[in-house]
Amino acid sequence: MDVTVVVDGWRLMGPGLAMTLLVSVSVMILGLGIGLLGGLTLLYGPRLMRLVVRGYVDFVRGTPLLVLIFLIFYGIPAVGIPVPNFVAAVISLGAFAGAQISELVRGGISSIPRGQTDAAMALGMTFWPRLTQVVIPQAVARTLPPLVNTTVEVVKGSSLVSLVSIVELTLATEQVVQRVQRPVPLYIAAALMYFVVNFIVSSGGRRLERRFAF
Amino acid sequence: MVTLELSIVALIVSVLIGIGVAYARLSPFRAVSGAATAYVEFVRNIPLLLIMFFVYFGLPVFQVTLTERLAAVLALSLYSGAYMTEIFRAGILAIGRGQVEAGQALGLTGFQISRTVVLPQAFRVVLPALGNQFISLIKDSSLAVAISVRELTYAAVRINDISWRIVEVYSVIAGMYLVVTYAVAFGLRGLEGALRKRS
Amino acid sequence: MTDSGAAIIAVAGLRKFYGSHEVLRGVDLTVQVGEVVVVIGPSGSGKTTLLRCLNFLEEYQHGHVYIDGQLMGYRERNGHRQRQSESEIAKLRTEIGMVFQSFNLFPHMTALQNVMLAPMMVRKLPKAEARERGRFLLEKVGLADKINGYPSKLSGGQQQRVAIARALAMQPKIMLFDEATSALDPELVGEVLNVIRQLADEGMTMVIVSHEMMFAREVADRIIFMDEGLVVEEGSPEAIFTSPRTERLRTYLRRFAYNEAVVISAAPP
Repeated sequence: MDVTVVVDGWRLMGPGLAMTLLVSVSVMILGLGIGLLGGLTLLYGPRLMRLVVRGYVDFVRGTPLLVLIFLIFYGIPAVGIPVPNFVAAVISLGAFAGAQISELVRGGISSIPRGQTDAAMALGMTFWPRLTQVVIPQAVARTLPPLVNTTVEVVKGSSLVSLVSIVELTLATEQVVQRVQRPVPLYIAAALMYFVVNFIVSSGGRRLERRFAF
Repeated sequence: MVTLELSIVALIVSVLIGIGVAYARLSPFRAVSGAATAYVEFVRNIPLLLIMFFVYFGLPVFQVTLTERLAAVLALSLYSGAYMTEIFRAGILAIGRGQVEAGQALGLTGFQISRTVVLPQAFRVVLPALGNQFISLIKDSSLAVAISVRELTYAAVRINDISWRIVEVYSVIAGMYLVVTYAVAFGLRGLEGALRKRS
Repeated sequence: MTDSGAAIIAVAGLRKFYGSHEVLRGVDLTVQVGEVVVVIGPSGSGKTTLLRCLNFLEEYQHGHVYIDGQLMGYRERNGHRQRQSESEIAKLRTEIGMVFQSFNLFPHMTALQNVMLAPMMVRKLPKAEARERGRFLLEKVGLADKINGYPSKLSGGQQQRVAIARALAMQPKIMLFDEATSALDPELVGEVLNVIRQLADEGMTMVIVSHEMMFAREVADRIIFMDEGLVVEEGSPEAIFTSPRTERLRTYLRRFAYNEAVVISAAPP
């Protein structure tokens, strides 16, 4: 009895799930880009840029995700730049992911012992070759576990963009609940879907960690 | 501020849940530890928003109707409780077997040992993690708004001149959250320092 | 650039501060081509700092370090001193090879890859040639069967020998050894010292910081004793060990007297 409701609801919840995945992937790509730039700036950038990124990261860390999303989602058109809802939502979540990943990149790279850069310098390697051949390959292994965590947070955070009318899984579920008035099986189904997605992300992450381990 | 009220109550409840479920996870009975692990793994992988909706709109199906406040606190506690479980499990495990054995040698029961020997020490160990979780809780409590204004936000239409006002409002809100979270973080660091001096 | 008379390393009036603490208080040192100089002294004497100033892994504030006739780390313009650019410093460093106490092998690469990396990246050597050179050097240090091994699977002595091969792959004019055997289990020390001895016999210019007194006595052309940031005494191994002139050196050597006696009595007749 429970299950038929879900099966019927799939017509809306399926695309909702697809949207959740699309948003999550887009946010992670944007977040990784911002995070890489941010992390490297925090470590090696000029003082002014370092302060800017530091301010950005601390601001995001101190504000709730919901507030951040609202700020950016409504802020972008407020300063006169018209963007489609989806893009604004991705940018707002991406700002969150980018701040977290900046910290991860900074932490990962600075955890590489000084001796490694000493050895590379002693061999006559300059900054970029050192970074890309010696430091970053080692930092990747250390950064993967927290990065997987961030990805899970992004998937969960994507539920919040339902509040700015992006029809992802949570909103789609709400819409079905409104119509059929059977909240329990539908919410459980949605929860299971989130769980499965995040479980796949975590296991995938663990497999990747093993490949990069030495 | 309503947020702080919610957060503090949810903090206390989630700590209680955390300690309880942590011990459940460490239990030798597979059924108990399995259930506890299932709870933790499940809750940590689903969005808080969904939990809130379930508690507020799903529970009435089982004849349990809660006020918005209560629903928010319950949802927050259940969500945070899963994280608290992991925090306390690590803390309890960090207090070595030696302490437990010393307690047993003195003739204390398991329950007494936990209460007077292990937990007080575990608390000190996990205080930083607890503090961080509290800060997360404060931020997560902002979702309580989603239950009460659900209709409004879902029906929201993006009109340009409304946008700026929303930005203003939320900038102020953001500012308040920043102040609160930094004040709490500052206070926690002070607390940690004071505790360290005592031990 | 060196003629038979000029020193390949020339250090004059070297002073270095860590904050307000003066670690090197005016060090002078010259090293000729093919010479093996061993630096000894108590911890905190500045020996490692001196070594690291030679390839500018540590910045110095006063004095000069000349490597093969070129000022290391700075450019002098009308009496003003300007820090060299990263690429200029890197270029000078290719003439100097360094072996570290903690090996510092790149853990994500095999032994061969470790040795091949710098020649390819810095000297732009083609991969095939780099591989040839790598194999040759790893064979030379006795690790022909470990070329595809990862550092985590190698013993300390093996790792250090890979590190030596890695430094040699750049064909440097000078080799620096920073307490190369201090982090090794005693039974692994010998294999590394053998490689260093071999390099000395082949005529490599070397500056070695070490606690291994027997080895120093055997391999050094000249020994330098440092204490509290200054060179206190220097001379041939004979002079240093059998007739130390300063009280500080005598005190320092007395610490090793027990070991010396034990080792001497254990040595084959």
